[in-house]
Amino acid sequence: MLNYILRRILYAIPILVGVNLITFFLFFVVNTPDDMARMQLGMKHVTPEAIDNWKQERGYDRPLFWNDAAAGAGQATETLLYSESTKLFRFDFGVADDGRDIGGDIRERMGPSLAIAVPTFILGLMANITFALLMVFFRATYLELSGVVLTVVLMSISGLFYIIGGQFVVGKLMHLVPISGYESGLDAFRFVLLPVAIGVISGIGSGVRWYRTIFLEEMGKDYVRTARAKGLPEGRVLFHHVLRNAMIPILTGAVVVLPLLFMGSLITESFFGIPGLGSYTIEAINAQDFAIVRAMVFLGAVLYIIGLLLTDLSYTLVDPRVRLS
Amino acid sequence: MNSNRVKRCGISKWLLAALLYGLFPLLASANWNSPYSEEGVESQVLYSSFSGRPKHLDPARSYSSNEYTFIGQIYEPPLQYHYLKRPYQLEPLGAVEMPKVTYLDQQGDPLPKDASIEQIVYSLYEITLREGVQYQPHPAFSPVDEVLLDRMEQLSDFPQPGSRTLTADDYIYQIKRLAHPAIHSPIFGLMTEYIVGLQGLRDQLKEARKESPEQWLDLRKFPLEGVERVDEQTYRIKIKGKYPQFLYWLAMPFFAPMPWEVEQFYERPQLKQKNITLDWYPVGTGPFMLTVNNPNRKMVLERNPNYHADFYPNEGEATDQAQGLLEDAGQPIPFLDRIEFSLEKETIPYWNKFLQGYYDASGISSDSFDQAVQLSGSGEAQLTPEMEQQGMRLQTSVSTSIYYMGFNMADPVVGGTSERARKLRQAISIVVDYEEYISIFANGRGIPAQGPLPAGIFGHQAGEAGINPTVYRWQQGKPVRRSIDEAKALLVDAGYPNGRDAESGKPLTLYFDVTASGPDDKARMDWYRKQFEKIDLQLVIRNTDYNRFQDKMLNGSAQIFLWGWNADYPDPENFLFLLYGPNAKMEKNGENAANYSNPEFDRLFEQMKNMENSPERQQVIHQIMAILQDDAPWLWGFHPKNFGLYHRWYRNTKPNLMANNTLKYARLDPVERNKMRKEWNDPVLWPLWGGGLLMMALVVPAWLGIRRKERQSLRVEVK
Repeated sequence: MLNYILRRILYAIPILVGVNLITFFLFFVVNTPDDMARMQLGMKHVTPEAIDNWKQERGYDRPLFWNDAAAGAGQATETLLYSESTKLFRFDFGVADDGRDIGGDIRERMGPSLAIAVPTFILGLMANITFALLMVFFRATYLELSGVVLTVVLMSISGLFYIIGGQFVVGKLMHLVPISGYESGLDAFRFVLLPVAIGVISGIGSGVRWYRTIFLEEMGKDYVRTARAKGLPEGRVLFHHVLRNAMIPILTGAVVVLPLLFMGSLITESFFGIPGLGSYTIEAINAQDFAIVRAMVFLGAVLYIIGLLLTDLSYTLVDPRVRLS
Repeated sequence: MNSNRVKRCGISKWLLAALLYGLFPLLASANWNSPYSEEGVESQVLYSSFSGRPKHLDPARSYSSNEYTFIGQIYEPPLQYHYLKRPYQLEPLGAVEMPKVTYLDQQGDPLPKDASIEQIVYSLYEITLREGVQYQPHPAFSPVDEVLLDRMEQLSDFPQPGSRTLTADDYIYQIKRLAHPAIHSPIFGLMTEYIVGLQGLRDQLKEARKESPEQWLDLRKFPLEGVERVDEQTYRIKIKGKYPQFLYWLAMPFFAPMPWEVEQFYERPQLKQKNITLDWYPVGTGPFMLTVNNPNRKMVLERNPNYHADFYPNEGEATDQAQGLLEDAGQPIPFLDRIEFSLEKETIPYWNKFLQGYYDASGISSDSFDQAVQLSGSGEAQLTPEMEQQGMRLQTSVSTSIYYMGFNMADPVVGGTSERARKLRQAISIVVDYEEYISIFANGRGIPAQGPLPAGIFGHQAGEAGINPTVYRWQQGKPVRRSIDEAKALLVDAGYPNGRDAESGKPLTLYFDVTASGPDDKARMDWYRKQFEKIDLQLVIRNTDYNRFQDKMLNGSAQIFLWGWNADYPDPENFLFLLYGPNAKMEKNGENAANYSNPEFDRLFEQMKNMENSPERQQVIHQIMAILQDDAPWLWGFHPKNFGLYHRWYRNTKPNLMANNTLKYARLDPVERNKMRKEWNDPVLWPLWGGGLLMMALVVPAWLGIRRKERQSLRVEVK
């Protein structure tokens, strides 16, 4: 297994190099350092000297890919591509345009993102699986039909509607929880209650239908017939045997998103005023702070690769037939 | 087994504790939906918000209104705007009196007050400071234990913050900082034109930084020719020529004091790594100090315990007394103990929290406009009954800004001084109906502009004398836009009958360069296209991103464009310089985006900019307006109107578009606020019980169904 993990890590390197090259091209070639300077220095009284000065302070005045003025290896290393890329691979994200340390901000904002994402993920998974199993249990009855209609309705509604509607009903009309905001520590509970509930409900439609399909497929298999023939109650057949055997496709969907929970949710965090990484990315895009956007894209790619690796590893845990080689 | 049980019990205990702790505020507090802790409910705490993280809080760098909201309360430049008086009037703040201005000739000898512009080579501003002003408590003023520095995670970790008395050296130090190459002060370029020796200082500093770029530069060692220390409380600034507007710059944070110790303190690498920098942790002598600085969530200003004596103004406008704005006259300020700014990025949650009483004031977004404001028969904005019932107060003010559509005067079709181009511009000025634009796209929040000067700026003329005769005629006591027929007639004169070139017969196509990326922009662009179609002109929208748009403006390849300007200070010079020839955007990178150049305008502008506000100056501005309205280099567009809503407990609010330090005048009635919050936020629980019953109604049949199914299978087995 160790060999397999090492091999996968080696595979990840060219992927990350590719991600780095694409983001470098987008943020330094399509959008030049001059553009960045103009954006950051504002609309008023921006002189060419101020732009040159801004670039010089950040080292953006160096050549992009090749430095003819340097000698030897310096021709390649004393360039923007080399310096920016090596920093990313060292996870040194540098400073944002407002001078704040990006690494520090990421560490600080990871907590609030996880405070929303982890409960939403766990509760959502539990709710989706439970409802899907119940629908399978009541298959071919009016309850299943109603469930299918309800899930289709739920998945047809925009996520934004759940957020605005939830804030309106629970926060504004019923006055049960704060409409938005965040506090650290245990006081965070009342601020995450509504976003988590909305996150779970908005995901139920598609989640339940997905798991229901998986369970129905399992229900047709021989071991289910055998279990029933042995006289096991339907509940036990479903919640014990079918659920365990359906774990591989469940894991495929679930484990791969685990690392991405760190990245937060773009819309939810913005609307609920949660100072997480999702709103951090949105703010950076709006402010055209490419240092942050580049760091977040790179981090997202790393986490996605980790997610895929974890998924493969988890197969071996739930299905002894799977061997990694 | 036992240990497992113990462990499980332990986890359960923690879970229970967490749940109870989380639910406790819900159960204990009357307001379950309060986003704040109970602390501060009864005291002078103002609750406000910010929509995005401020980029800079360093007074030498900061140049946007969202940053001034914070640093305006912390830093004290020599002057400030009077809170109540209009037109805007400067008064001393850090200074004990208004600066004494002396004009000098080439040899540095003083000239009489009425010396001509040609004689004045330098102006000398002598500023005398208040005595005994202390800085806020800050660790920079105490000895720093370098050994413990690594353990310090935030400023509050430092023991025993100190303070010291403000001196003239601190103001001088800050002026030098404007030239620091690493600070990127946005006004450095502008100030090199005025402050003697500023460019030379920049060159010296650049040279010094080459040797050791990371090392702190002690600016006290670098002389600045144009700034002189007279004594502990007095300093002088020498500027080139006569520039009366310099006084307005002295009311901006760029000229606030900066102690050298503070800059040195923040230069420590251990602090920089923790984002503890001068750009994020301001240190000043103002009424408030920043005690919580988390731009990701919350910023808190607290009363500065060392704040000097300061009092609410005793006089204002004639209507201020009736509006209760002078009730606190002569009282010591600030009234507030704390101001909490929460990050609120979306307008809908912000608006709802304002309605619940959790924010004390709010602007009005387009989404909530109809809910808050209705227009009376005479077109006057007034509160809706719902808002009135809540005891809200609406305050409006015309902002000192302008949004305009410009013609690139270097363009061969719409630009230039030819009669053909001028009449084409005039025709377009008539057909683009900004009254309609304001009504459709700004909810009526704007005033159609008659020229570049908004109301409240010297030189602006209201009524018939101030209308733009090219576009309007005065009828029944109000300006009425000229007809489409008149525009068509101008188009014929310009050689484009029916929108076609009279010579070639080809339709005239014009190009509109915009950065229209928002969801409402398509409708806006369609509207512009339709305006041009009124006189059969074809308008092609060339949409582009901000940076490409800037490139087009710099190289002069745009034809028609949208632009705006927000005044730095309330002087006509700050608007009219946008049309001054030597300030052209193309090639000279100035602020004259239309590249307008008219020698007569330039001559009059040069004359006007150095004049004191007087009838003579008004006369010159009148001549300038006549030239501009006839040349029509811009469609003058509109001046936006600001709408502000205030809860009944928020006192002493008067829109002041120039002052940045107005929070020291604000006062609250926390008892009233607490009462209304409770009344407006009583929890509504019946939907919860209803929902519970509904769940039961769904679950019980399902549960019974399961039981029946299980029994059936058992019966089958038994049989």
